[in-house]
Amino acid sequence: MSHPAKASEFLQDAAKAKWHDETLWFVRDKRDTISKTIPEWEQLRDLASQIKDNVLANLDQYLIQFEEKAKANGIQVHWARDAEEHNQIVLGILQRHQCKAIVKSKSILTEECHLNPYLEKNGIEVVDTDLGERIVQFLNQPPSHIVLPAIHLKKKDISELFHEKLHTEKGNEDPAYLTHAARLHLREKFLGAKVAITGVNFGVAETGEFVVCTNEGNADMGVHLAVVHIACMGIEKIIPRRKDLGVFLRLLARSATGQPITNYNSHFRSPASGKEIHIVLVDNGRTDQLGREKFKNSLKCIRCGACMNTCPIYRRSGGYSYGSVVPGPIGSILSPGLDVKKYSTLPFASTLCGSCTDVCPVKINIHEQLYEWRQEITKSQGTNAKSISMKIANGIFAVPFAYKVTGSMMRGALKFLPDSITYSGLNTWGKQRDLPETPKETFKDWYKKNRS
Amino acid sequence: MPLNKKIGLFIPCYVDQFYPNVAIATLELLEKLGCQASYPMGQTCCGQPMANAGYERDTVGTTKHFVETFRDYDYIVAPSGSCVLHIKDHAPPIPGMEKEQEILHHKIFELTEFLTDILKVENLQGSFPHKVGFHASCHGHRGLRLGSSSERNEPFFSKAKQLLDQIEGLEWVELTRKDECCGFGGTFAVTEEALSVQMGKDRLQDHLSHGVEILTGGDMSCIMHLEGIAKRNQQPLKFMHIAEILNQALS
Repeated sequence: MSHPAKASEFLQDAAKAKWHDETLWFVRDKRDTISKTIPEWEQLRDLASQIKDNVLANLDQYLIQFEEKAKANGIQVHWARDAEEHNQIVLGILQRHQCKAIVKSKSILTEECHLNPYLEKNGIEVVDTDLGERIVQFLNQPPSHIVLPAIHLKKKDISELFHEKLHTEKGNEDPAYLTHAARLHLREKFLGAKVAITGVNFGVAETGEFVVCTNEGNADMGVHLAVVHIACMGIEKIIPRRKDLGVFLRLLARSATGQPITNYNSHFRSPASGKEIHIVLVDNGRTDQLGREKFKNSLKCIRCGACMNTCPIYRRSGGYSYGSVVPGPIGSILSPGLDVKKYSTLPFASTLCGSCTDVCPVKINIHEQLYEWRQEITKSQGTNAKSISMKIANGIFAVPFAYKVTGSMMRGALKFLPDSITYSGLNTWGKQRDLPETPKETFKDWYKKNRS
Repeated sequence: MPLNKKIGLFIPCYVDQFYPNVAIATLELLEKLGCQASYPMGQTCCGQPMANAGYERDTVGTTKHFVETFRDYDYIVAPSGSCVLHIKDHAPPIPGMEKEQEILHHKIFELTEFLTDILKVENLQGSFPHKVGFHASCHGHRGLRLGSSSERNEPFFSKAKQLLDQIEGLEWVELTRKDECCGFGGTFAVTEEALSVQMGKDRLQDHLSHGVEILTGGDMSCIMHLEGIAKRNQQPLKFMHIAEILNQALS
């Protein structure tokens, strides 16, 4: 289903769509306020962008350095070419430890690899421990936002869900009460899991350590109780030095939720005695994207979600309208790299307003890449009615006389056709909008009479 | 002051066809400010509608014609940020004309930036006693940087406000979402009709709830979209291009 169809479906529930828009605007507003308390905010964005440029230009070397250091620290490093390999590696580790249940902290990479259904198919119980993730997992839904996975749900929905799943009091919508119930439920799962899976926010090449940021401390809870920690990391998450972290940690939380810093920024360097840390370095299309000159800097993304909160399209159409793991503006430039046909409507789900680019903490030129993807997509679609009409338009606009004749025909039609035809189903513009009144003469005609 | 410079008026195709008054106001305004502006009769379109739809490669003929039409002017001025941005950022390179195109990119200006940055208009004598809401069209706003972007940490500025503030009696109305998109977006207005209209409705509501009488802006395309929705819903807002307000105030 295309983005326009899903977006118009989302907008059917006008009250909910309005609430969704306002909720995310509230987050963006918080971001605006807190980012303006940092005088050097724009310099920080520049710096982050430059660090990431350097990473992308030397990705191979940083990855080798990271692997070397991590191994020296006692971490077991695995490489996965694609989602399938990633899933097999994770399953292999679980099987070696005869592990039947895992706890998992938020990781968009594992969503991208569809790890949950894969593990479940292989008889493993997977429990997402981020509260929002647990909620969507109960509903058998993917996250609708990469930072706020359950932002599309209201308190009432969650109250009903928890009543059904966790036997909370019916109709009790108190967030503290519901959160407490979730906490008790998750504690049980934490205590029972031998293996904890986490994502990775930053891998430090210089030291071979990695950093996981959560607001709920759920990554730490899982990892500290488990014997084995499996960290799944996209290869673009590398940063050169530990001191670069200061730049990214300041930008990440402020951009994501308007907080000064994420509550828990946990560094993992080497396994405790008797325990294991595994890291799976995943490509899954990233080197292909790196090879696309116009699109490679989309790999700078630190997954803060700010472009979603600011995007007027995302706010009014919801995460699911994009039909991709990473929705919103950044998803619309990452996803076509994976499957240009499947995601062909996404780069058009934008007015190219540029807000995503201005909000991006690592300065990805998102709206320009949306424009560039449009050019690629129409090329991949070959000749069709649209491409022919564009060629005709070019012919008309290249010749003044042709433009004049076409213009007057169009104006004439609008002026003399009855409203029943002008506003028929064929005219999408006129469904909910009046057309401009047709003036008696064009500017060109006026100019000829009055100035020449 | 480029009083003795040759200024070519670039009037976007849909303005020529549907909003001649905006073009007339632009011309008269420039004349009142002492400029020699003329309208090259052979001009057509900048090619943006095709390029934004993904067919930039099919705008070569259109672009070549544009460059040939405007090559002899000292400045090119247009009452549309969006079309100007297209010429600067997305018009395809024409073999053999690259240098000319580069020069052209430095000569072309959106109307308000031409008035503030080149003419350096500081003391407009005129009156327009109305509450005015400004719609910052995205391509001009974030593309040409005609105003500070609410996402960035930078001092406030707005070339439109700088001009409108000079007009006696004109009250600039602050909006809740100062620079949110109206949902026009060229073909987006049709391909994503439902979203486009919803965005337009929300934009209008921001103006209405702050008591705006006249909604203005630098791009007729956004105004056409917003006016179309307001009219359909019988909302009591008037719409004028900023050139029309300035020209009317100066008369």
